[in-house]
Parts: sequence; C-alpha cells; structure tokens
Amino acid sequence: MSRVAVFRKEHFNAAHRLFNPDWDDALNEQVFGKCALPNYHGHNYELEVKVTGEPDPRTGFVMDLKLLSDLVRREVHSRFDHKNLNLDTEEFRNLNPTAENIAKVIYGLLRPHIAQEKDLQVRLYETPRNFVEYPA
Amino acid sequence: MVYLTRNEHFNAAHKLYNPAWTREKNDEVFGKCANENWHGHNYDLFVTVKGAPDPDTGFVFDVKKLSDIIKRHVIEKLDHRNLNVDVDFMRDKFCSTENLAMGIWNELLPHLPARVKLHCIKLYETPRIYVEYFGE
Repeated sequence: MSRVAVFRKEHFNAAHRLFNPDWDDALNEQVFGKCALPNYHGHNYELEVKVTGEPDPRTGFVMDLKLLSDLVRREVHSRFDHKNLNLDTEEFRNLNPTAENIAKVIYGLLRPHIAQEKDLQVRLYETPRNFVEYPA
Repeated sequence: MVYLTRNEHFNAAHKLYNPAWTREKNDEVFGKCANENWHGHNYDLFVTVKGAPDPDTGFVFDVKKLSDIIKRHVIEKLDHRNLNVDVDFMRDKFCSTENLAMGIWNELLPHLPARVKLHCIKLYETPRIYVEYFGE
C-alpha cells in the first residue's frame, strides 16, 4: 500500500441565508440568528478537494490536478460562483445552504467523475474560521 | 508617530449594478458581480490610526476602545447584511469595495478622539482583492 492524498484548492463566493420554511420568523431568528436575515448575506467560500489513492505507475499521479481543477470549476464554480445559493441554484431550492449541506452537495457533484477506486473528501471554509468536512 | 491597526471582519451580500444602464450594459461592465440576486463576501477590515503614544499608558489609543468603536459604528451595520439594501451609509451608492472603504472612513471619523488621526481603511473583499483609503 502506498496511498497518497492529493489536494486542489478552489474558491467561489455567494450570497445565502439560513432558514427553515416550516418555522416562523421568530424561531428562524432564534436558531439561525443573523444568518436568517431576509435580504441575504454572503461569503468567500474556500474549497479543498482531497483525492486519495495509489499513484498510477505510468504517470506518478494519483489524479492529474489540472483535470481535478477543471472538474471543480465545471461542476462547482459554474453553479455557485457569484450566485445566490437560495434563489439561483437547483441544489438549494429546497435545502438549507449551510456549510454542511454545501459540502455534501459538492461531494455528490464530484463523486461520479472521480475513479471509483479513489477516495474523495471535501473541506469547505465558509469563513477563515468556520469550516466543514465531508465525509467525516 | 506610531501607527496602530485593528483588524475586524464581517460578511455581507451585494451586487454591482448601475441602475441608469441596461441589464446588458451592467453584465458587460460588472460581469458576474451584477447577478440580480446578489452574491457575497467575507470582508476583512484593517483600521489604522496614528499618533504619539500617551506617556501615561504607552498607547497610541486603547485598542479595545478602537475595536468597540469599529464594532458599534461599522460592523453592526454591515455584518450579515445586504450592502445595497440594508446599510444606511451605502444607500444610493455603488457598493464597490472602494466606496465601502470610503463609507467606513466617514462613519468612523467622528467617533475617534482628537489625539489620534485616522490614517487608513484597508478593506479586503476576498483574500486576493483589497483597497486602501487614506482620506484624500
């Protein structure tokens, strides 16, 4: 076994708000605080994509990082960059765009395009101080 | 003369849009930043004041007080807000980082004691883009 992890960083920015449509405004504000404010706020999201596997003996690559970059730009950046996650994306029309849910959605978008024998993990920074990882 | 800097942060939604122009012209000039439903950023703010250290304290200015002034007069108005919609001092202005830095300068200036001078507002819109305003 000589598994190696490779990483690619990408970034996008977006507006969002956190709220549960089944709750009234008071409960949303109690649970989500300022994140529930109606006119949206936003973040610079920093994304780290980790692919783990055995380097290909012919190339020495676990995965060509240029191809991984192109994949993230096509599947993630084009969907979410400079968008309102609640209003402009199919993925979050009925899903609260928390960092947790965004990381799970990004994993789901990338997973079909990465070789089955490789492991995939995404780490998403919502701010420089708040970040999540999926799968945990 | 010593320069003292306090770093604070906030996040917000905005868009770049000139209402006197057509949608096409806005898209041409502002690109994705003109997205109708907003996008957003984690802003990083550096406020620099200058002065001579007080002989009794050694401080140019008590940095905790500087932090409180920034939080009360700037961060509370901006954090988790929509810059175009929610912020009194940005109303009827383009919400560019340039104009926001100038707006922050004007908000802070009346609240600083006479013995320190406001020197610079340095505002990061993303980790890769920032502006500086020196009040001139």
